[in-house]
Amino acid sequence: MSIWLVMALCGAVTFLIRLSFIAAEGRIAFPSGFRRVLPFVPVAALTALVIPELLMPQGTLWLAWDNARLIAGLAAIVIAATTRSVLWTLVGGFVVLGVWLS
Amino acid sequence: MTIMAASASREFQAGVLALAPLLVGVIPFGMIYGALALSQGLSPAAALAMSSILFAGSAQFLFCQLLGMGAPVTVMVAEVGLLNLRHALYSAAVAPRIAHLHRRWKLALAYLLTDEAYAVIARREAADDTGPYRHWFYLGAGLALWGGWQLSTAAGVVLGARLPADWPLDFALPLTFIAIVVPLIRNRTLLAVAAVSGIVALLAAGLPFKLGLLVAALAGMAVGWRLAGGVR
Repeated sequence: MSIWLVMALCGAVTFLIRLSFIAAEGRIAFPSGFRRVLPFVPVAALTALVIPELLMPQGTLWLAWDNARLIAGLAAIVIAATTRSVLWTLVGGFVVLGVWLS
Repeated sequence: MTIMAASASREFQAGVLALAPLLVGVIPFGMIYGALALSQGLSPAAALAMSSILFAGSAQFLFCQLLGMGAPVTVMVAEVGLLNLRHALYSAAVAPRIAHLHRRWKLALAYLLTDEAYAVIARREAADDTGPYRHWFYLGAGLALWGGWQLSTAAGVVLGARLPADWPLDFALPLTFIAIVVPLIRNRTLLAVAAVSGIVALLAAGLPFKLGLLVAALAGMAVGWRLAGGVR
């Protein structure tokens, strides 16, 4: 099958997922608890993406001082909490990663 | 300029500006994607087109990896869908806020609904959820990310192969997400949500098709729902 067709299929699936609730709004009644869960969505979804990147950079749990991604990630968490700045979090995270790897 | 047009344009600019800092992390990620796509056998035209057709960074990485492994088409489509299922959650969160808009707006905003755009929208809604023109803010944030992603992909296709392979530029993505998530954790309930999502993500990392990601997100949300009062 042409690579273009596969891309089109993947693109269509992604778009339909993003459209799902936007299109259904007003046509389907959602349970009342549903809305109360929504504030937790970004924290839950993004933390699930981040934590394995820090603690399992090579696919298995790596809890040690020489795991540079873990150390840099912890530094980034502290920087993000204090500065609330994306820029400083990225700069600080990369600096610590570079220092730890060298 | 009429007051209406002025408000819309102010919202649009605010959206662009709110998203701009995230581009610091997105640009290296887009460049790595461009280089990776070529190395896995995609043509430059296909690599660039995918950034518009899919417009989903981590799914585009997965697509390239699966392509390199020679995975069957059904597996590729299913995995991309599963990895992007979290966007349904964003769709649900945004839906009531844009329910009154014309269908064209809904289609455009759905297409632009990424992790980064949603994070910026969520932060704005947490601080100020008023304003009749805030869909222009969503559009500004979405288009700023779209433009940054297309340009950085193109840069990766052109330059990517010349970047040293041992530069850990892919770390830009988790760092960006850390910068987004940490300020959102404003109380103990949200801290518990993050803790449970993180732990379950580790425990479920072995599940096929990146399903662990979805399981972890749902576990975190379930804990948040329970702590916020459960069924009332």
